[in-house]
Amino acid sequence: MLKTLSKSIRQYTRQTVITPCIMVVESAMEILIPFVMSLLLRVLQTTQELDSLLLSVGIYGGIMAVMALISMGAGVLGGKLAAEASAGFAANLRQDAYEKIQKYSFSNLDKFSTSSLITRLTTDVTNVQMAYQMMIRMMVRAPIMFVFASVMSFVVNPSIAWLFIASAVVMALVVVFVMSKAIPQFQKMIKKYDKLNSVAQENLTAVRVVKSFVREGYEIEKYKEATGEVYDFSIKAEKWIITLMPTVQTVIYITMFLLFFFGGNMYLSGSLQIPDLTALLTYAMQILSGVMMFSMVLNFMAIAKPSAERIVEVLNEEVDLVNPASPVYEIPNGSITFENVNFAYNAQSEEDVLKGVNLSIRSGETVGVIGGTGSAKTTLVSLIPRLYDVKSGSVKVGGVDVRNYDLTALRDGVAMVLQKNVLFSGSIQENMLWGNEEATMPEIQAACRSAQAEEFIERMPEKYGYDLGQGGVNVSGGQKQRLCIARALLKKPKIIIFDDSTSAVDMRTDALIRAELKSTLPDCTKIIIAQRIASVQDADRILVLDDGEAVGFDTHERLLQTNAIYREVYSSQTQGGEQA
Amino acid sequence: MKNNAMTVGMSNRGKTPPMPARKGAKNPMQTFKRLMAYMLENYKKRFILVCVMIVLGALVSISGSVFIGFFTAHLEKTLGVGALPDGKFYGLLVAMLCIYLLGILCNYTYSRIMMYIAQGTMKRLRDGMFTHMQTLPLQFFDSKTHGELMSSYTNDTDTLRHLLSQTIPQLISSVVTIVGVFCAMLFYSVTLTALALAFLFFLMFIVGKLGAKSSRCFVEQQKSLAKVNGYIEEMMEGQKVVKVFNHEQKAIEQFFAHNEQLRKNTTAANVFVNVMGPFTNNLGYVQYIVLALAGVLLASGGGVWGLSLFGAINGDAWGLTLASIIAYLSLARSFNMPVQQVAQQFNTVVMGMAGAERIFEILDASSEDEGGNITLVHVEEKEGGYEQSPQGKLWAWKIPQENGSACYRLLKGDIRFENVTFGYTEQKDVLKNISLYARPGEKIAFVGSTGAGKTTITNLINRFYDIREGKITYDGLDIRSINKSDLRRSLGVVLQDTHLFTGTVMDNIRYGRLNATDEECIQAARLANAHSFIRHLPQGYQTVLHGDGANLSQGQRQLLSIARAMVSDCPVLILDEATSSIDTRTEKLIEKGMDKLMEGRTVFVIAHRLSTVRDSHAIMMLEHGVIIERGTHAQLLEQKGKYYQLYTGLFELD
Repeated sequence: MLKTLSKSIRQYTRQTVITPCIMVVESAMEILIPFVMSLLLRVLQTTQELDSLLLSVGIYGGIMAVMALISMGAGVLGGKLAAEASAGFAANLRQDAYEKIQKYSFSNLDKFSTSSLITRLTTDVTNVQMAYQMMIRMMVRAPIMFVFASVMSFVVNPSIAWLFIASAVVMALVVVFVMSKAIPQFQKMIKKYDKLNSVAQENLTAVRVVKSFVREGYEIEKYKEATGEVYDFSIKAEKWIITLMPTVQTVIYITMFLLFFFGGNMYLSGSLQIPDLTALLTYAMQILSGVMMFSMVLNFMAIAKPSAERIVEVLNEEVDLVNPASPVYEIPNGSITFENVNFAYNAQSEEDVLKGVNLSIRSGETVGVIGGTGSAKTTLVSLIPRLYDVKSGSVKVGGVDVRNYDLTALRDGVAMVLQKNVLFSGSIQENMLWGNEEATMPEIQAACRSAQAEEFIERMPEKYGYDLGQGGVNVSGGQKQRLCIARALLKKPKIIIFDDSTSAVDMRTDALIRAELKSTLPDCTKIIIAQRIASVQDADRILVLDDGEAVGFDTHERLLQTNAIYREVYSSQTQGGEQA
Repeated sequence: MKNNAMTVGMSNRGKTPPMPARKGAKNPMQTFKRLMAYMLENYKKRFILVCVMIVLGALVSISGSVFIGFFTAHLEKTLGVGALPDGKFYGLLVAMLCIYLLGILCNYTYSRIMMYIAQGTMKRLRDGMFTHMQTLPLQFFDSKTHGELMSSYTNDTDTLRHLLSQTIPQLISSVVTIVGVFCAMLFYSVTLTALALAFLFFLMFIVGKLGAKSSRCFVEQQKSLAKVNGYIEEMMEGQKVVKVFNHEQKAIEQFFAHNEQLRKNTTAANVFVNVMGPFTNNLGYVQYIVLALAGVLLASGGGVWGLSLFGAINGDAWGLTLASIIAYLSLARSFNMPVQQVAQQFNTVVMGMAGAERIFEILDASSEDEGGNITLVHVEEKEGGYEQSPQGKLWAWKIPQENGSACYRLLKGDIRFENVTFGYTEQKDVLKNISLYARPGEKIAFVGSTGAGKTTITNLINRFYDIREGKITYDGLDIRSINKSDLRRSLGVVLQDTHLFTGTVMDNIRYGRLNATDEECIQAARLANAHSFIRHLPQGYQTVLHGDGANLSQGQRQLLSIARAMVSDCPVLILDEATSSIDTRTEKLIEKGMDKLMEGRTVFVIAHRLSTVRDSHAIMMLEHGVIIERGTHAQLLEQKGKYYQLYTGLFELD
């Protein structure tokens, strides 16, 4: 895990390495200052001459002031570098995970839900960032404080120093014990929080359902149960947390008591001076706070660990669809062949989604695809631009197996208008450029005209500069579909696939789009998945899919005669009165 | 640092939407007062106890450091090297230990009580917010994004919890410590204290400057964080489109720009936080040195300035002794600490008040009215009349009479619109002068473009919104005279956006009627043609659906919501694009179930597919909030108007 994460440090290696070094300087100063302070107090005690007293106090004060300034400089610089390192590391991590996701195949993407990917890139990265900053600032500082202060105590008085070491051990045990109790409780509590938030979230999105069914009281009970659980688990977790400070303080004060007891006795027996006693008090505090800090860092890391693991999962996911070693860049024509194609989304699943599909589509042909929900229409066409790889058999485009093509070249040649299509924030023009970055305005206009989108674009106040909003929320469903078609047309592909992409467009417009396609892209192979028979009946041939099998592939008229399923679909639509 | 470690993982859990632009509180003082009053309502006595404990704890820890002074003074002055430890030696030590342990006890007691107060207040606040939210009208939800509201449930309450359980006790303790230590310092030396005070003001000045800068940086950081989160959300939703268009490189470049901005702002914000500590801490050392020097000067030349109280009281020419300088210096250090702590809490207080204000805004939003006093009850036929009976099979409206009795009117499902005008805003009417009627058992269909007002009509029947002009009657009763919950209970609804809840499939079907048996639910699922796919789910009807049923297809979700409406068994049905995502063959299959569902019921249907509405008793063609054509399918075809054009594919619905 650490190895994977550390790859994202890169240009911030300098800050990451220097920060702990500077922290060493700062900690050294923090320990030396009380030492000088004790020297100063000793001078105060022993010198009776007013002039020399002032001089020595001035000298020691001066040294201390210089040290304080060095410490301040180191602290400020260290803080600055730590901020740079952690924010930079987080930015790199986010960037790396994001770039990795861009490399993902469709089946990689299917493994993670969208919302989990979002969480990994946002909240999880933030958690890791905090732990990282904590680590580089404190991880070195705490042990150094501990070691320095211990050494200094040994210099001043070895027997009392042993007392401190003993206290430190006790302290470490206490903190580890309390935390080991608290952390599992906290993790349980966080789960309860997730549940609580999901109830609130659901009620916000489904407010109409709740109101329609008059389930307000029911939902309130559900929510109160969730807040009750959060309350219970928070109390359980916090009970441990609030015991931490008192127990730590108890250790500190008992140590102090023992220090004064033994120290006082030593003073009386003449083996310890009062300034040494106060210096030792400071060292005791530093040793113990070093232990505390260290265990706190460990806690931070323990809490950030699940987040780090989730990010590493994204980074280490093996991309299962890669470019071939010597790819073919040129697609000769738009012919498509399926040879004994079997396919399953999950290698372990018993039943295949596509079963022994054989097809041969000529270049320039228009093919309709009909089939019920779950008949694998989308799956079938997804294999053409190699969004997924077949389980067995092969899919060929232009006579070449799709696995031999350069992926970019293949997908440039095969345009696909997805069923779940998305536009992006930005103007219509910007969205059109997705299809072809070099497209000129006349080309964009032509594509929009073919997709029957020009008419409503022209009515918009900003025309092609109209902002579509996040996910394209500013246009209606039918308008969105037409824009998506235009975007695909701009690719000037060899093959174009419409996956139920005119479902929200009325039949007349639908027909106009098809007519346009025929005239503007005569050589392009067109595959149209549709619910409505009307959308495909004038295609050259229609493929009928049923439960992953190709049960018919012929013209409309012939299918009506020979194919029972096709007839059934046809009659369900004509009786319904949707046919003209 | 106490609980900070543990709060990291908690804030911003799960898929919280990008935070809306965070603004400061408009009236922080008033909000603070209200928040305290809200907390004190339930925990007055306990909070007073907490305050006492905090004050006690702070005073104890101050006196602790005084004891160190006494102890060293006793060692040096009274005993001296070579003496044996006397009773006072042990007495002072034990007293010191006791004092400190007492302090620990105080601190523990107050944190423990405060934990219950803070968690209890949070629960009450959350419950209150949610309960109140359920009473709010739809306008409220229309005017706020889910992100904003969710952020109040998560981030805002989280900040408040932190504020109540840590910041407020910390502030009280700091103030007490500052005052206490200040007095103790004065007791030792006025001059030195004046000097320390000067330093304090300098420190506060710096901290204030840094704090203001840091707040600004934090706002910037939050803004760019929201931007990055928004961008990530959009790209992850559209990731497959990115792949299909070979847009990966472009997407990476764009992301880089956003990410870089966030990095810069995060760095700036963190620099200020990180720098604050070393800065103030070391300034404390400088202060220490200055005070030490001044102390020595005073100790040596105290007589000259004659300002030392201590010296004056003791008549000691040296004024300050070495021991008292030690004590004084340690006091001075404990004087700076609480000041730094107050400075560090600054951001929490600002953010907490802004959050509290947003929460109170939700609590203050006005609820929708409950409607009239006519209620819906089960009745039985008895002696020619009707009588209320929980076992009754019939539904009736119970109309209270002036004399306290009630009369019953059988629920039939006769709905009429009389010259209804409505708009979501004052400026724009969505429905203009609509009149229509649905007799019991009739199926009425609405056809028209998006925005023509079809869904709006159904929203008015169940009083999601109230009409501006005209009247809607239900079995002859003005719907405003009917209790709103009962009105809605009588209307079964299948909405265009199907929403399911986290829970089993069975729970989701039963949502329609909570006392429905498993058999009734399965029967409904069969009628809705959902039975077969449910059986194929891993745990059948007991399969748990997550995140709005994300593991089901849109069509399957629609089937479930139809089953849900079937279970509810309402006399009047509203089907708003209920089958839009179901393919025509499946639609055909569930037709029988749908027919059964609609049998004997008044039904309002909105559908894109004309096949769904063909057999309606009346079809209303809506355009821009006006009914332009009405009649049966055959009549409308004969008219050769807009419906005819639509039917023959000459006209587009959008």
